[in-house]
Amino acid sequence: MMKLLFNFLIFPGFLFTAIIGLAASWIDRKVTARVQWRVGPPWYQPLMDLVKLSIKEITVPRSASKGLFFLSPMIGLSAVTLVSTFVWLSNIYPGSNGFSGDIIVILYLLTLPAIAVILGASASGNPLASLGVSREIKLVMAYELPFIISLLVPVIKSGGMLRLGDIIAYQAAHGAFLSSLSGIIAFIVMIFCMQAKLGLVPFDMAEAETEIMAGTYIEYSGMLLAIFKLTKTMLMVALPLFLITLFWQGFNFLSLWKYVVLLVIIILMRNTNPRVKIDQAVRFFWGKMTLMAILAVLLAVKGF
Amino acid sequence: MNLKLKALTKSIWVYHMSTGSCNNCDIEILDMLTPRFDVERFGITLVGSIRHADAILVTGSLNLKTIPRVKAVYEQAPKPCVVIAIGACASGQGIFKNGPNCPNPVDSVLPVNVYIPGCPPKPEAMIAGIVKLIKELTGKK
Repeated sequence: MMKLLFNFLIFPGFLFTAIIGLAASWIDRKVTARVQWRVGPPWYQPLMDLVKLSIKEITVPRSASKGLFFLSPMIGLSAVTLVSTFVWLSNIYPGSNGFSGDIIVILYLLTLPAIAVILGASASGNPLASLGVSREIKLVMAYELPFIISLLVPVIKSGGMLRLGDIIAYQAAHGAFLSSLSGIIAFIVMIFCMQAKLGLVPFDMAEAETEIMAGTYIEYSGMLLAIFKLTKTMLMVALPLFLITLFWQGFNFLSLWKYVVLLVIIILMRNTNPRVKIDQAVRFFWGKMTLMAILAVLLAVKGF
Repeated sequence: MNLKLKALTKSIWVYHMSTGSCNNCDIEILDMLTPRFDVERFGITLVGSIRHADAILVTGSLNLKTIPRVKAVYEQAPKPCVVIAIGACASGQGIFKNGPNCPNPVDSVLPVNVYIPGCPPKPEAMIAGIVKLIKELTGKK
């Protein structure tokens, strides 16, 4: 019991992932600044933002439904904490942790932060927030389809295993799925879906600062906004690690460079693309990405 | 210096409020946020929503129509929140001192912490003003 609590709250779960996430978001801001020929913020800037937000006043709009407004940040944070705990534990202690079907549980838990944003923003009663919510819902529906289809590829290639530990063990015995054609295609699709799940620039229309202020976060202030920001930063750790686990033989402390590679891909995509419109995003995910995912599944069935 | 004060002064998110200015100060504010001056070094970023703001940059001459709106925006901001009056019109009344529609400088409506005069003030002047504000808040000379 104590060990489980320790796992969730401190070591691979909440605190550890949050620290790595803060470091990753500093790297993101610093590289963005260097790309724009600036100096960029000091290393403690993301931490300072969180501390500052958590000591500020929490304002609640009169038209908000209060329970949901306060509850939804917690939903997102707890979901992403669970995901990161699952992924870290199955990689650090292979074979001993996890249960059959934990990939499916992680799939649902990864949707929860977006659902939490949708619930909280629609509870705030702001018209711009509801505009952001409608975009977020469309985006979730768009990227979940290719995400789930390309998740089938490692399951098929490992012979129907639904446990993260089994998939890592299979890859350790037979080589990474990324070395096969279907694995590469599914991995590329997953990277695009990851960008949309993180809400970063080509797909950040739900919180487009220049057109609908902060969109879904417009009414959130203080501690609640800090929790949403923390959820985003932790998702920036949990999602790439989940992808590495599925396609790239998993990781340990020596092979964290794989995470750095994925982080660099995220940052470069964020800095070299403009924001797309929501109809373009839906067309992109339901058209090209879904076709590529289906192609990857067919190739995986044929054994490529 | 305690952590609370340090966090508040190291991460200032500014909200840009124009109360009917001639847009000259607004353009200079946007200049201040460009890569040339790079205020993100000090943790200063522009936010779109007043709920995220730590500092409100007020530009322009307050006229009768904008006074209730400015008050409403200030009440919506989460405290602690500082107000920075930018430009001659917002600090005093500028060239509209004798105009019939410009009865108020900003400090008659909001508690102003810093005045940055100029028509328009340079980005360097704004950064200097914010540095003076931080020095006053943290008690350093």
